[in-house]
Formats: sequence, structure tokens, C-alpha cells
Amino acid sequence: MKFRKVAAIAAIAGVALAAAGCSAQSGGGSDKGVTLTYWASNQGTSLANDKEVLTPVLDKFTKQTGIKVKLEVIGWDSLQTRINTAVSSGVGPDVVNIGNTWAPYLSATGAFLPYDDANMKAIGGSDKFVATALQTGGLAGKTVTSVPLYGLAYGLFYSKKMFADAGLTPPTTWEEMVADAKKLTDPAKGTWGMSLEAGSYTENVHFAFITAEQNGASLFNGDKPDFTSSPVVDGVQRYLDLMQTDKVVNPSNAQYTDGTGPAADFAKGRAAMIVSQDNAGPTLEANGMSSSDYGVVAIPAPEGGKQVSSGIQGINLSVFKNTKNKDAALQFVKYMTSSSTQSGLGKPYASIPVLKGVTPTFTDDADIAKVFSDVYNNRSKPYPLVPLEGAFETNVGNAINGLFANIATNGSVSSSDIKSALQTAEDKTNSAG
Amino acid sequence: MTAASTTGVKLTPPPGKRRRPPGGWLPYALIGPAVLLELLIHVAPMIVGIWISFIKLTQLYLANWGAAPFLGFGNYQIALDFNAAQGKSLLQSFLVTCVYTLFVVAISWVLGMAAAVALQRSFRGRAVLRTLFLVPYAIPMYTSIIAWKFMFQQDGAVNSVLDALHLASPGHQPFWLLGSNALPAVIIVAIWKTWPFAFLMLMAGLQSVNEDLYEAAALDGAKPFRQWRSITLPALGPVNRVLLLVLFLWTFNDFNTPYILFGVNNAPPAGDLISVHIYSASFINQSFGFGSSMSVLLLLFLLLVTGIYLFVNSRRHRDDA
Amino acid sequence: MRETAGFKTFRVIAIVVLALFVLFPLYVMVSTSLKPLQDVQGVFAWIPTTITIQPFIDIWNTIPLASYFVNSLIVATIASVLSVIVAIFASYGVSRWRFRGRNVFTTTVLATQMFPGVLFLLPLFLIFVNINNTFGIQLVGTRGGLILTYLTFTLPFAIWMLSGYFDNIPRELDEAAKVDGASALGTLWRVILPVARPGVIAVLVYSFMTAWGEVLFASVLTTQDNRTLAVGLGEYSSEVNVYWNEIMAASLVVSVPVVVGFLLLQRNFVAGLSAGAVK
Repeated sequence: MKFRKVAAIAAIAGVALAAAGCSAQSGGGSDKGVTLTYWASNQGTSLANDKEVLTPVLDKFTKQTGIKVKLEVIGWDSLQTRINTAVSSGVGPDVVNIGNTWAPYLSATGAFLPYDDANMKAIGGSDKFVATALQTGGLAGKTVTSVPLYGLAYGLFYSKKMFADAGLTPPTTWEEMVADAKKLTDPAKGTWGMSLEAGSYTENVHFAFITAEQNGASLFNGDKPDFTSSPVVDGVQRYLDLMQTDKVVNPSNAQYTDGTGPAADFAKGRAAMIVSQDNAGPTLEANGMSSSDYGVVAIPAPEGGKQVSSGIQGINLSVFKNTKNKDAALQFVKYMTSSSTQSGLGKPYASIPVLKGVTPTFTDDADIAKVFSDVYNNRSKPYPLVPLEGAFETNVGNAINGLFANIATNGSVSSSDIKSALQTAEDKTNSAG
Repeated sequence: MTAASTTGVKLTPPPGKRRRPPGGWLPYALIGPAVLLELLIHVAPMIVGIWISFIKLTQLYLANWGAAPFLGFGNYQIALDFNAAQGKSLLQSFLVTCVYTLFVVAISWVLGMAAAVALQRSFRGRAVLRTLFLVPYAIPMYTSIIAWKFMFQQDGAVNSVLDALHLASPGHQPFWLLGSNALPAVIIVAIWKTWPFAFLMLMAGLQSVNEDLYEAAALDGAKPFRQWRSITLPALGPVNRVLLLVLFLWTFNDFNTPYILFGVNNAPPAGDLISVHIYSASFINQSFGFGSSMSVLLLLFLLLVTGIYLFVNSRRHRDDA
Repeated sequence: MRETAGFKTFRVIAIVVLALFVLFPLYVMVSTSLKPLQDVQGVFAWIPTTITIQPFIDIWNTIPLASYFVNSLIVATIASVLSVIVAIFASYGVSRWRFRGRNVFTTTVLATQMFPGVLFLLPLFLIFVNINNTFGIQLVGTRGGLILTYLTFTLPFAIWMLSGYFDNIPRELDEAAKVDGASALGTLWRVILPVARPGVIAVLVYSFMTAWGEVLFASVLTTQDNRTLAVGLGEYSSEVNVYWNEIMAASLVVSVPVVVGFLLLQRNFVAGLSAGAVK
């Protein structure tokens, strides 16, 4: 009896040890009737909608090449966890969509196929991508491990009607934006100058980045976080002040953890301006607002500041290094980043072209298309291309969530409060490294 | 459901009981499947988890664990340095979780007991009420928590009730999922889905209480509360010993409630329960080694509390006997 | 049975307070599920201005609800039944024999209740992957893996409860069966189990609900093919929209069978309880 128990324990321990020592699953094996596994991120109005959009696109690929693609659409809540477990176990899909801000840390894991000269050539060469899009493929100064798939950018959406009624023109500086917003704010009537996703850590960290860039500050000093310099603190303060001192943002926005709240406020005339990425169209439409009701301008910089209006947003495409179907995977990447696929997906996903010479299809409005293309190509900066980028997003984003919550629940936030919150975020980020 | 399990407190056989002769191979065959499953799903992963807590498993080493540097107690030092950022927030999260657990377990038990006693004797509508009270336990956890999340919005149903009762001044409705109110909010949600379990256990336990005892007590002039104290409560002793312990453990390790209520990485400090805190550190911040070290500390704490609980209980048990 | 006025007052207050507490979210769920999406955003209205059953139609298209439901049902049913079976054997062993290693076993079983899930989420995933690589048994992304996991999660409490039950069943019954020539398993089947039926059903219910609601491990161990409701329902909130009305509608739809099952079983095990073999 004892023996059986001991044997069982030994067997389990063996499994555990194997697990511990395990790294990437070895490749090899023959190419028999290749089926690729592809994890797509949620870009459409629902996961089912994503499936609907992508299935014909993938069928076309199968028809062209004979390679089958098994699609799984994964919500943003679980995508990162799924990728992490796939990286650590070596068992995952062949091709995966990643948020482009994850590119540096995922690149650092070494689990993804570098697009070196040969691989880049296999997907059609790096020349086909616009310069902006290529900046976010991996770690600074290293071979990229992801290529752009969908491009996105921030813009300032304004209600044409509310601006016209108040005799205002869209702002070109931060100060004008605040002044306009003040004129359009009337809490008694339930209208506010702006609506913000103030409870979303990803959104908040993007604004910490944009305002820091506008102030000419950098959030990382080499690979080391540097969140407490006064331009960074001032930038965060400027953003928080929209709610705190300018009072153009409803404090209840602190509970908005996703884009649906601001979009609903904007569509229903409760807010005159929102800041959003260019894919807000379908949500606004779902709330009963057509694209002729709003205009878009670049998020303005303060007077004398740098003209930065957005981080380089978007979705990238990566191939797992241990894929057994490397050639098929690269063919698939080539297909997904080809101009015909891109122009087809541009509209349903409201994506800004990541390829040279592709006409934007994400909106019918030529002015809006022009503004976003300009922001994406000329007024965007890449998020820090360091391994700690993920920790930076988590901790700084969370810190700003907390500051907004303080403001909303009747506390006040001074610049030294901001500095100490950012110091905590910096310490936490450091300890993640 | 008499004396639902006293195994936990009977780790040492009560004195005076005859030692049963070992049954040869049979008992081992009987527990064999359970042992195998526990080893595979619980014990082996936990050993791996403990090992991770001693290495620097960050995103750089995720794909190749072998290369992760061995840190000894390095991760633990960071977790326990309460003057630095990580330690401070772990301590805060731990304290919040203690308060959370205390309230959730205590109130769930009180509500479950109240319902069990109220429904102890037959009356018209008892079956309907019993079913109703079990509904929160029967609907999927995601559902109930997301419904509460919806109700806790600033313009949601909870504030609407407070308005109607004139408990909130119009225009200054409180936030529930932000700031310090996050703690009461998450406690209420957890109680809602936990108390029916206490009710279920206590109701079953009450079935075995001898009705004659109440008759006798009533003849002696004992008031209902005294009857409850002198008859019901002692009879439920074995059930309570188990119930309180599992409620404590499940509540302390509760992941679903804060995760669904606040979302990934969006929990305010007052709602930053320890499971979610560790989850963020591991899966969002990609510090798996550090996350594991916090888990191990949590495990040690729970072992300690449970050990004391069982020790005290078994001593009391023996004194009673 | 005489009831004092004081007890009656207590009973009325307790019932009213608890019923309101339970019904409050249920009412919100029902009313929200009958509203069009634009009425759901903004200030909560107690009485819907427009009533529509559209959400109950849309839920099936927004996510593959039916397949998630089937997955949950299969996983929770098989896991709970297996868990009860394994637990019955183990509890019988623990309750009736004092064998060497018994204390180690019961202590370990208790200790597993303290393991924080986050600690072994990643290791468990890795072990599953290695089992797949070594033995070719696929556990990630299959119902089998989930069943194995949930079955084990519920084992400790099930063993704990059932061995308590068994302890309270008089040994004289065993002895009598033995005299009649029953084997140990025959005794378990013919003597112990009938008496312990209410306990077995209670444990079954507990195991089922645990498997039915688990989120953390399901979020990692499931793919499109084996996703359960507990995580699948989350897909009603996407990047662009949170379909509150559909979440509520879907929640109600999937809860109905479980609540009905509960109802049926409840009658069953309360009857078993009042049969009162266990005193």
C-alpha cells in the first residue's frame, strides 16, 4: 500500500518538476494539413460581431492558400492572462493579436518570433507599413516581434450643435478647450463641457503619457521609471483639473471604467466633448448619434507645449516563436497586413491605415479621416518601449484612478498628493523589474 | 444533517473511544482516488507555486523559467517591507480583507441563523420562503455580482432607494464603487450571495434538534431567546464549528466578488481584497514570483488562524465532554 | 407547539427584511431585462417606460449563450457527481477505519481549503500542459480539464461533511449488516448511504454550485470550445457597449433551470431530513 502511495507521489512530483523545468514546447513534426490557431482581440461591438467580421476574411485566406485558420476571439479582460499563460507554458496559438503597448514586455519574454530580415520579407517587407505604425513593434533598438494590424488614435470629439448654439469654434489649444468647456457646462441642466473615462486605468495612463509628452517630459530614463519630475506631475494635474478646478467634468465620471459612459453622455447631449479613439463611431451610433452630428479635432496642447495629441494606439500581430507552422503563420500575417484585407477591415474596426497608400475607410467623413490620419502620422508618440511598460500602465493608471476618485468623493488633490501617488507608482514599477 | 462533520476538530480521537483496528488495504483503496486528485490538482501545483515564490519570475523569464534568478527570500522581503510602496499596499489590502471577512462571515451567519430559526416551524408559505432565500445561492455568481454592480452605479437603484428614504441629499448621491464606500459595497454583495449557504447548513442542522426539548423548556417558562441559547445553539455546535471555518476561509480567499465588481486592476484601495491584489501583481504586473510570495504569506496566515481555531475548539470540545 | 408573540414578531421582521434584501436585486434584474438598451443607461427607473422582450431574443446572438450553458451544465453535473462519489468512498474510509496516515490525510484535506487560488493557477495550467505533452491527454481547453479541477476543488468540503455524517451513523448498523453477511462496500451501499441521503444531496448541491460559479480558473482553462457561463456572461460587455439588459436577461434565463432543480431537490432532501434517521 505504502508503495502505491509513494509511487503516486513520485509520479506527481515528476510532473511538477517537468512543469517547472518546462520551457517552450519543441517544434518539429510534419506539416500535415496545416491549421493555424489565431487569437483575435475584441475590436467590434461584441465578440460575435468580431467573428462575423473575421470569418469571411479568414475563409478567403483558406481559399487562397489551403491553410485553415481556427479563430478564437478573446475579450480584453482575459486576453493578457491567456497570453501570459501561453507564454509560460509554451502552448498557445500560432498567431495572436496584442495591444501594441504590450509589445515591449511581450518582446522581452522572448516567446515571440522576431521579424528579422527574412521574416519581414516573408510578410511583404517593412516598407509597406507607415513609419508611425512600425515604431511600436517591440523593445527599443531590438528586432520587432510584432507588426501593426490596426491603427488607432485619440481625438477630441465635439458636438457640432452645442458648439454652434454657443457660438464657439473647436479649440486649438488646451486653454481654449477648457474655456469652451466652461461655457458649455451647466450642472443644473445636467450638461458638462467634457466627459472622461476617469475610472479606467488604461485611459488615465494614456493621458498621463500625452500630457507628459506635451510638457516635453519623458516617463522613463533609459529603462528606469521617472514619474515624479515636475513636467509629469504638472501634466497629470492639468488632466485632473478638468474635474477638480475647471469643473467641466461631472465628478460621477470617476466611475466610468470603459468608453460606454462618455459615449452615452456625448450622444445624449449631456457632454459637449469627449476624448476618444477613432473607433468610437459604432458606439455613438448605437446611442443614436450619427457621424454628421459631431466633429473631431486633435487633442490640443497647451500654449507653448509640444504638439502631441496621442500615443500610438493600435493592435499588433505577433507569431509565437515555437509555432510548428512558421511559414503558414507568416503567410497569414502577410495576408492580414495586405492592402486588400486592410481596406476591408478598416471600416468595421474603424482602423487607421497602417499601410502606405491605403485610403482610410474608417469613416465616411473626409474631415474626420483627415484629422485622425494627421494625428496618427504626425502628432503621435510611441509609449515607452521598455520591458516595464506593463507595470508602468498598471501602476500609474491605478494612481490616477485613485486621484480622480478622491476628487469625486469631495476630497481635494494637491500637486504634492499627485507627486506622492506617482512616487508610489514608481516604487511599485521598480519592484516589478 | 446532524453534526455535519466533526472530522476537522477530531484530529485526535476523543478519549475513551475504542481504537478501531486498521482495516488492511481497504481504507487506502477507499481514499485512493481522493488522494490522487488532491495530489494532482492541489498539492503538486502548490509546491510549484511555493517554489516560484523564491525566484524572480517576471516577464523576462516567463518563457524560460529555468533562467529566472533564485532570490531566496528576496520576494518576501519586498512583501514584508511595510515602509516601501509594495509592502504598504499589501498591508492595506490585508487589513481591508480582514475587515471584509469579519463583516461578511458575521452578518451572513446572523442572517442565516435568523432565517433558519424563523422557518424552523411549519407555517403557511414556509416552503415558498425557503425557496426564495436559497435563490441567491442558486443563481450564477457572475450574475448576482454584476447585478449589484449595476445597482451601485451613482444613478443606480441603491441610491434611488436612499433618495426615497431621504438618506441621501439630492445632487450629492454617494459613490459606492469609488473611494471608501467600496468596502461596504463589496461587503453587501458578498453577504447577499453568502448568507443563503449559512441558512442552508443551519436549516439542515436544525432538523435534528429534538422538538421535545423545546416543549420541556417552554413548560419551564423559558422565553424563545433563552430556548435558542440553551437548546438551539448547543445543538448546532458541530455545524457551526465547520460552517464558521469554511466561511472564513472562502471569504478570505474570495476572488469573484471584487474581481467582477470592480474589474481587473480597477479596485479602489478600500476594495482591494487580497486575492485580487495578488492577481494584479502576478498577471497584470507580471511579477509572478512576488505574487507567489504574497500568496504563501497568505497561506501561512490562514494556516495559523485555522490551527488556533481548531486547537481552541478541540480543547473546548474535550472540556465539554 | 405554542409560539409566543415575541417569537412571531421576530419571525415577521426577519422574513420581511430578508425577503426584501433578496428580492431587491432580483427585481432590478427582471425589470432591467425588459428594457431597451437606451433606457438602461442613465438614471435607474423602477417602472420601465417601455417594455420589450427583445433582450431575451438578442442574448442568443450576442454571445454563443446556448453552448456556454451546455458547457456549464455538463461540467458542473459531471464534476459534482464524481466529486460526491469520490468523497463517499473517502469519507467511508476515514469514518470507519483508523488507519495509518489517516490524520495526515484529513489534515491535508482541510489545509487545501486554505490554498489561495491565485497561487496555483499558473502551476496548474503548466501541469495540465505537461500532462498533455507527456501522455497526450488534453486538459487545457477541454471540459475534462475543468471537470477534473472542479471535482477536486469541491472534494475537501465534501469529504469533511460526509465523514461527519457517517460518524454519526451508529456502528451497530454496520455490525448488523456484517452479521447478515454484507461486505464493506455492501454495507456502505445498503446501510450507510440510505441513511446519509440528505447529506449526500446537500454535498451534491454544494459541489454543483461551486463548479457552476467558478470564474478564476475558468478564465484561464477555457477556450471558445469549453467556455462556461461564469466567464462567458462577461462577454456581454465589449469594448464599445455594455449590454446591461442582455446581461440581466441571460442571467435570468440561465438561472431558471438551476433554481427549478434546486426546488425539486430541496423537497427531496428536506423530506429525507425529516425522515430523521440521523438523530
